[in-house]
Amino acid sequence: MTKRRGWLLGLSLGNLLFLYLPIAVLAVFSFNASSMTAQWQGMTLHWYRVMAEDAALLTALQNSLLVALVSTAIATVLGVSAAVSLERSPFRGHRAIEGALLLPLVIPEVMMGVALLLFFVIVKVPLSLVTVTIAHTAFNLPLVLVIVRARLRRLDPRLEEAARDLGATPWQAFRRVTLPLLKPAIVGAVLMAFTVSLDDFVVTFFTAGPGATTLPLKVYSMIKTGVSPEINALSAVLVLISMALIAWSLMFQRTQRRMYPFGH
Amino acid sequence: MPDWLLAPTLLWMGVFFFAPLFLMLIISFASRGTYGGIEWTLSFANYRALADTLYLQIYFRSLVFATITTALCLLLGFPLAYHIARAPARWQGVWLILVMIPFWTNFLVRTYAWIFILRTEGLLNTVVMGLGLRQDPIEILYTDAAVLIGLVYGYLPFMVLPLYAAIERLDVSVVEAAWDLYASGWSVFWRVVLPLVKPGVIAGCLLVFIPSLGAFITPDLLGGARSMMVGNLIQHEYLVIRDWPFGSAVAFVLMGMVMLGVVGYLKLSGRKM
Amino acid sequence: MGGPIVELRDVVKAYGVTRAVDHLSLEIRQGEFFSILGPSGSGKTTLLRLLAGFERPDRGEVWIEGRLMQEVPPNLRPVNLVFQHYALFPHLTVFGNVAFGLEMRGVSRHEIVSRVAAALEMVRLTGKQERTPTQLSGGEQQRVALARALVNRPAVVLLDEPLGALDQQLRQEMQVELKGIQERVGLTFICVTHHQGEALTMSDRVAVMDQGRALQVGSPREVYDRPASTFVANFIGISNFLTGSVDSVHGARCTIRVPNLPEIVARHRGGIGEGGRVSLALRPERLHLSREADLNGFDNAVPARVAKAIYGGHEMQYQLRLSDDVLWTARVPNDGTVERRFALDETVFVRWNADEGAILVE
Repeated sequence: MTKRRGWLLGLSLGNLLFLYLPIAVLAVFSFNASSMTAQWQGMTLHWYRVMAEDAALLTALQNSLLVALVSTAIATVLGVSAAVSLERSPFRGHRAIEGALLLPLVIPEVMMGVALLLFFVIVKVPLSLVTVTIAHTAFNLPLVLVIVRARLRRLDPRLEEAARDLGATPWQAFRRVTLPLLKPAIVGAVLMAFTVSLDDFVVTFFTAGPGATTLPLKVYSMIKTGVSPEINALSAVLVLISMALIAWSLMFQRTQRRMYPFGH
Repeated sequence: MPDWLLAPTLLWMGVFFFAPLFLMLIISFASRGTYGGIEWTLSFANYRALADTLYLQIYFRSLVFATITTALCLLLGFPLAYHIARAPARWQGVWLILVMIPFWTNFLVRTYAWIFILRTEGLLNTVVMGLGLRQDPIEILYTDAAVLIGLVYGYLPFMVLPLYAAIERLDVSVVEAAWDLYASGWSVFWRVVLPLVKPGVIAGCLLVFIPSLGAFITPDLLGGARSMMVGNLIQHEYLVIRDWPFGSAVAFVLMGMVMLGVVGYLKLSGRKM
Repeated sequence: MGGPIVELRDVVKAYGVTRAVDHLSLEIRQGEFFSILGPSGSGKTTLLRLLAGFERPDRGEVWIEGRLMQEVPPNLRPVNLVFQHYALFPHLTVFGNVAFGLEMRGVSRHEIVSRVAAALEMVRLTGKQERTPTQLSGGEQQRVALARALVNRPAVVLLDEPLGALDQQLRQEMQVELKGIQERVGLTFICVTHHQGEALTMSDRVAVMDQGRALQVGSPREVYDRPASTFVANFIGISNFLTGSVDSVHGARCTIRVPNLPEIVARHRGGIGEGGRVSLALRPERLHLSREADLNGFDNAVPARVAKAIYGGHEMQYQLRLSDDVLWTARVPNDGTVERRFALDETVFVRWNADEGAILVE
């Protein structure tokens, strides 16, 4: 048994090394004084300064945040409503509709991108940040729907009945009982949608017009231009941001669990 | 009752997802006009044209890449997932976070890391040649190997998380019962553990297989001219050749393959849509 | 105790082809503890949900406090339900749970605080206001659920298997406590349970339900001692049965002829005629065992062979073979006397009075 654990642990650590080494290497070399090679030539913060002063990069970041914010907001409002509606009134064919709504999560990103490109060109909507936001909402909405629906399905329907029995109207029962219990799922969905939107390259690539450069588009063009320590610095920052997001979501989950340990 | 709550979602997805998809389906039967536009005479010509060896090769390569990626992810991911699921509760959390961090990190950045490492003047060659192990650089970047490394690296967390969930649910006493009933290590694994965690294995494989099949970024950044996958072909037809009808046909065949995978998954896991 | 506070008139509720409630009529009186006893699937939970307003009857009428409830939604009914697994709001504290109903009805903050405190005192949970449901034991959760209903002073408190999730020990304590609370608040309690001991201990009246119908309604004593049917006799405690034909009827007494056994004397309550087929149901603890064949003041003495002797601590349980097709159970208090210990295969005489047991017309 101990031997078994031993090589399991070894394999697992090997896995982690595989997952982390590339990211760690990027981060380390973002401090490299040399501009071209992977040879270590001393410590510098120069590339972070270059990055911070890169106006195009900052604009791209702003665009990304704007798109992520708006698309997440729309997707959350629509997705939560749809999840509640699907849970409450299982009309004929609601399973088929639900299945169809999850299609965007399954079909290849490239396909979704070109389909939207085609659509916008044919209905003559000029490509811009607006079209990007619309596209992002189209893949964020099913994401929110799936997460919130899963949580709704596990909620005890008797809790809402108990509220009704204690004098709550249907709306009060939803507002005072169901919604607070859905909060962890909604926050999780928002976080997920926001991250996916911030990270998305493929769909954005096809639906963004000139001037509508988001951060991933900018990173892509930088990579295409060639390897530079500035990308390393940017990468290190992005890794840090994703770590912070995870830490935050975990902290949120922990307080939630302390407050509503019933949860599942 | 609250059906009107569903209406905005149906409207949004109808206009901005299903309508574009439907439009694309129609256009896949049209043809490219002389000056780029679309000729609205419908035929199966585009689909017939796909039977060309050139395109079949690309589909075949995508399938092979996706299959190898899935197999490698399963091979790497299973011990990791098993280890996490059997670790003490407080360590499980730490391990899971460690798996999730790359998962939440920008895909482009993670792909770029491999360019940095694998290119001719990259870290790998600097180290290898610096140590005097080789005189001339190893050329990995822009080969199939680089694409496979990138795909496995990109999608490994997709495999680990569902596997972990399935193994974690596995009752330890069932494994112990198998030991008690004279099963050896391998028999325990093949006869008891694997059948019980099968749903997780299938889910993980699907979560890796589908995005690998339609991959675009990885072959685009790490692959050479000969490592083109279907995703790149679609992009090429749309943005370079500007033959939208043909590009659409390419995409729908890919979608068909993906759907086959999904249906297979639902069959295997015994679920209904 | 007063007139009816709840009335069901010929209520029918079906799910698909199965009738959960089948032409049921019941009257529940003001201030009584009324139990509905039945096996799972007998329609008792459906009955509670009809009263609470979560289900609508397909036919018939539900009246509460003299009002027809047909169109009244759950939130406007003068009843409160204690759910089977309590359905406490996990995101609210004990205080928040108990105050919920008062808040919904717009009671002033000041009054809420004092009424919640009073309700929690009643269920002995003072000082646990700020806990969340998961920080409570099963018994405490049960009390919160009770307080959450009582605090609203509803006309009727509905309880769905209120003690079902508790362990044996706690269950028995709570039976007594629940009855005490009901007497103190003076509200009408309607309690659904599949546990016969619980129903007999707590209730003023019991309705035994099966397949959507009320088979018998009466005081615990009536239902236990004078079961109206084989089902009731069997469902409430163990019963021994003898089936035979009526030989003669003299006033309140009759004799029954059973193949291979001496003639049995029993008390009847009408409805039988000579030659008719009847069953006699007898409780195991009403039988007296002896080695002597004489009646010794009893009306019946039937020989039997001891087929099994089970040691049960405070009592001995004997399985007795009266004839090839009649196997009875007798319970004898374990009072230490040697005369009451019988060996396997020993022949004993089972003696009982004609007043014991109930005659059921087949």
